[in-house]
Amino acid sequence: MSARTAIYVLWLRALKRFWRSKSQIIGSIAMPLFFLGFLGLGLNRMAVPGVAGDGNYLRFLVPGIIGMSLLFSSTFAGLSVLWDREFGFLKEIMVAPVSRLAIVLGRTAGGLTTGLIQGLLLLAVSVILGFRIPGAGAFFLAFLFMVLIASTFNGLGLVLASLMKDMQGFGLVMNFVIFPIFFLSGAMYPVKNLPAAVRVASYVDPLTYGVDGLRSALLGVSAFGVGLDLAVMGGGACLMLVLGAYLFDKSEAV
Amino acid sequence: MDDIRVESLTKRFEDVVAVDALSFTVPAGQLFGLLGPNGAGKTTTINMLATLLRPTSGLAEVAGHEVGRERDAVRRSIGVVFQEPALESKLTGRENLEFHAMMYGLGREERRARIEEVFGLVDLGDKAGVLVEKYSGGMKRRLEIARGLVHRPRVLFLDEPTLGLDAQTRRHIWDYIKKLNREHQVTIILTTHYMEEADALCDRVAIMDRGRFVALDTPAALKDILGGDVVSLEVDEGAEALLGELRSLDWVRKGSRHEDVLHLTMERGERRIPELVAFAQARGVVVSCVNLRKPSLEDVFLHFTGKTIREEDATATDRRRRRFRGHGGRT
Repeated sequence: MSARTAIYVLWLRALKRFWRSKSQIIGSIAMPLFFLGFLGLGLNRMAVPGVAGDGNYLRFLVPGIIGMSLLFSSTFAGLSVLWDREFGFLKEIMVAPVSRLAIVLGRTAGGLTTGLIQGLLLLAVSVILGFRIPGAGAFFLAFLFMVLIASTFNGLGLVLASLMKDMQGFGLVMNFVIFPIFFLSGAMYPVKNLPAAVRVASYVDPLTYGVDGLRSALLGVSAFGVGLDLAVMGGGACLMLVLGAYLFDKSEAV
Repeated sequence: MDDIRVESLTKRFEDVVAVDALSFTVPAGQLFGLLGPNGAGKTTTINMLATLLRPTSGLAEVAGHEVGRERDAVRRSIGVVFQEPALESKLTGRENLEFHAMMYGLGREERRARIEEVFGLVDLGDKAGVLVEKYSGGMKRRLEIARGLVHRPRVLFLDEPTLGLDAQTRRHIWDYIKKLNREHQVTIILTTHYMEEADALCDRVAIMDRGRFVALDTPAALKDILGGDVVSLEVDEGAEALLGELRSLDWVRKGSRHEDVLHLTMERGERRIPELVAFAQARGVVVSCVNLRKPSLEDVFLHFTGKTIREEDATATDRRRRRFRGHGGRT
């Protein structure tokens, strides 16, 4: 009972924080929108080899950019432990008589919710820009993949936060973890256009399967098949969350 | 019944021993002070008692529960006001307290009543709906003290509760702390490096230096160790002869002369002044000026460590800088 209350109140706090940081919301939506807008419009006339279906690049890009938005927002949500440590609020959380697992679940629930809100907003804007969702089933499958992507990268953020201890390594994480995951995932171009050696790295990048899953749901085209995408993302989400929770529990609060 | 029981508690950060085999007890309802310069190990001690740091060795019990094995039981019994603010700035004052009350499993009605009560206690009721990012430093401190009480802890830890606050706010907070301790029978462990704070608030004070206690007693008893008050008499003439006669009195512990001024150490100096003046007059010596100085805890600290707390602060900062350069430890 008290664990449920704790999860709820941690989730509520994440939502209020998100809602009250208007500039942050705008910023987090604007960046993927710029990618979508400028890349989509700029490259739409170009034939990008390997883009399936009718070859419309904007359509190809939408699932990739949703994946990108989820990657960034969820990893940051996981890393927000470091912000809380920096600003002291982590001590208030850690000294409470609440199981460490409930703390991880509450934070993750908050990160998932805010990440999904951003992902859904992007999808809505894409529809306004002319993107067509095939049907309700497609939407729910896409939503499932969004949840799995958000879970995986929330977990990754938590793992990184436990390894980093303070915000000094943030730039390194940004440049050497988040951006490579993004570029390798095939969010902007088909993975098979990459040289074979680089493609190997793409195949161990969980976002590759997340973006492919989103494409299979929203565009009906898939490089790996929706079954493999679901299996990899489901396994990845569980693994990262368990690892994140374990490392969070081990790390000292001060 | 002791609310705190500590036996050879030690915390080592790599090569630095932050807390070195401390042993002490604090009976229920006492206001106990840890006094010492920065880097003495006060915060590390509090963090161990509050279950946030694992002791390297030794035993610590809070409210009858062992801090390593019964963490949740300890956490339920304590409130902590940390040295640095630990508030969510994007929530209002009331929301911060609600967050806290829910984390401690309080029901809706209980929550509402307690939150109103503690807001009243720290005079923040009219700011309850304001985002904490708009609060001043003093308001944040008061909110944190209020928050530490929402769940009615048996033991309250206050880590440097008045650090960096102006004199007026400090007085206010002292009043709250005393009120809490008296009216709500909360056992309070307070750390400070302000001598006057320890003196004004604490029933017992431990003077801490480099991870150890150098003295532990009531503020009055600690000051008594120095032999009492210093009464200074300025006389017109015959100072040397008078000093010789005064020294033979059994209640004058020490006496010295500096030109026309005699410095005499004794207990309860304020009660001896009339007697001293009469004593001098009877010998035809006119006393033109009397001064009484009560020893402070600063003098006690000097007595035990050979340094003033300010000098210790400076060297502690140096030590910490060296450590931060090495591997980012904490004091």
